[in-house]
Amino acid sequence: MSAQSEASTLDAATAPKSAAAFAAASGEYRPWRNVWAIVKRELGGYFASPVAYVFLVIFLVLVGFFTFNRNLGGFFERGEASLFAFFVWHPWLYLFLVPAAGMRLWAEERRLGTIELLLTMPVTSTQAILGKFLASWFFLALALALTFPVVITVSYLGDPDGGLIVCGYLGSFLMAGSFLAVSSMTSAMTRNQVISFILSLVICLFLILAGWAPVQNMLVGWAPAWLVDLVASFSVMPHFAAFQRGVIDLGDLVYFLCVIAFGLFVTGVIIRSHRAG
Amino acid sequence: MIKVENLTKAFGPKLAVDGVSFSVERGEVLGFLGPNGAGKSTTMRMVTGFIPPTDGRVRIAGYDMEAEPIAAKRLVGYLPENAPAYADMTVWGFLNFVAELRGLVGEAKRKAVNRAVEMCFLDSVLYQSIETLSKGYLHRACFAQSILHDPPILVLDEPTDGLDPNQKHEVRTLIREMGRNKAIVFSTHILEEVDAACTRAIIIDRGRIVANGTPEELRAQSEVAGAVLLTVKGKPAAEIAQKLRELPLVRRAEAVAEKDGAAQIRAYPKPEAGDGELGARVFELAARERWTVLELRREEGRLDEVFRKITLPDTKPEKEREIGKKQ
Ligand SMILES: Nc1ncnc2c1ncn2[C@@H]1O[C@H](COP(=O)(O)OP(=O)(O)OP(=O)(O)O)[C@@H](O)[C@H]1O
Ligand SMILES: [Mg+2]
Repeated sequence: MSAQSEASTLDAATAPKSAAAFAAASGEYRPWRNVWAIVKRELGGYFASPVAYVFLVIFLVLVGFFTFNRNLGGFFERGEASLFAFFVWHPWLYLFLVPAAGMRLWAEERRLGTIELLLTMPVTSTQAILGKFLASWFFLALALALTFPVVITVSYLGDPDGGLIVCGYLGSFLMAGSFLAVSSMTSAMTRNQVISFILSLVICLFLILAGWAPVQNMLVGWAPAWLVDLVASFSVMPHFAAFQRGVIDLGDLVYFLCVIAFGLFVTGVIIRSHRAG
Repeated sequence: MIKVENLTKAFGPKLAVDGVSFSVERGEVLGFLGPNGAGKSTTMRMVTGFIPPTDGRVRIAGYDMEAEPIAAKRLVGYLPENAPAYADMTVWGFLNFVAELRGLVGEAKRKAVNRAVEMCFLDSVLYQSIETLSKGYLHRACFAQSILHDPPILVLDEPTDGLDPNQKHEVRTLIREMGRNKAIVFSTHILEEVDAACTRAIIIDRGRIVANGTPEELRAQSEVAGAVLLTVKGKPAAEIAQKLRELPLVRRAEAVAEKDGAAQIRAYPKPEAGDGELGARVFELAARERWTVLELRREEGRLDEVFRKITLPDTKPEKEREIGKKQ
């Protein structure tokens, strides 16, 4: 049945009285179709502008620079067939690049006013948030995938552990997702992309530094032990490092997924509160 | 189809919409009038489920907008104020995206998009980036989006804003035609549109409904409604006015204009005068007096005057209010 006839044959008298009945009358209600439509649109939005290509180039150049520079990663000088010199820089690259990729998610939508269109469609805000997040995450995954020459190089030079590489990439991908969820949250807070970027950068920096010894030492003197532990437990680094060692621990997975879920949940709360005025 | 009960929205301490109730059935086109900041857009945002009301509720074909938003939103097409659209998409991409969110796929999607493009005359800009569209075309693209799924309910916030006179005419015609089997609410600042497209109009002012009726009923509230306008050649206006005042049914008569030897006088009926009775008396008088009558017309009343009468005393500061009363 075409949607046109379905819509025009419906009126107050014949309208089914529940959403379920309606869904049955108009074919199955498929939430994932909405999510997918939004993912496609967002990706189209990325690649319609040169910004996406600039972003990819910058990311790859920086990855290459940090990995292969003799004073930084020292990839060749290490003389080992591992990607340690490659992955170790990812948190710092993501610190700047993920907020840049995520800052437009909701800020742009609010600036253009299209959020009013989007949220008056038969789409839940959860679907919209998820669609936008997944599109950006996919974009970051693409950037990450384009670093494959590094893998080729290391395989050519030596005999690296394939499982370790896959594990490293997985950790990096999850960390990108966590930072992105934070950016989604800050992007929903403001219609100004620059503010969104800075807020997101600060929060991500906190996630990186929370477990770092100097930060911990700062707290140890005066804060109660539970607070010190709490702050440390926010740190992204030990979880990321576990993946670099080739260990997939349930706890590490849960950590990343929790950060993502929390970021997206708060995004939803912020969007709802804006609409409430 | 649309049933709004006691809708209220507070932004902080400020009531943007204050206890608005109305309903729109299929076959009705409801015009939403009101001065800037009256709460028209805020009401529409609540009707379409973009913002939740502080109080009251919205029912769309029986579905409560807050309890069953998805089912309700499916039945509504919405053109927000200022026609927002994704700047980075082409018109074609935009319409297809909306079609997908509306649950259209394959052939149905293609047909719906083509139909909307045709109705809104978008062929020439179909593959142009929305960013580069002129204001009128942007508005049309967003309008096309709202009618894409042929919804039984349409909510249009200033649909003719930014359109050229031809397009304004097209859109009004379209609204009137679609209004035959849809329930339509649209807001406007152009009062002619009320006559051109509405079956009923609501005037809101500072969040409250201050008038509700058919265009004729609203016009009847006008000062001049029911008055008789007489144009006579070759007589001084004062003399004619004096004669008119002597008629028993005339409450007041005044000269409106005097030019090229023709005098125009308006006679207001007393409340007891029946419909059209005053015109007959004036005609008889003119025949008796052998006046050369160029025009004899019963005035219907003017919407802009009603609009001002209803909304002006409240929105203007105290001083202007006094002036408004004297006039
Ligand atoms: N998000 C908001 N936060 C605070 N106040 C708001 C918000 N949105 C609207 N208002 C206020 O509510 C009132 C009604 O605004 P609304 O946009 O509904 O007016 P309108 O009738 O559509 O006016 P116009 O004819 O200019 O479009 C205004 O005083 C406006 O300042
Ligand atoms: Mg408005």
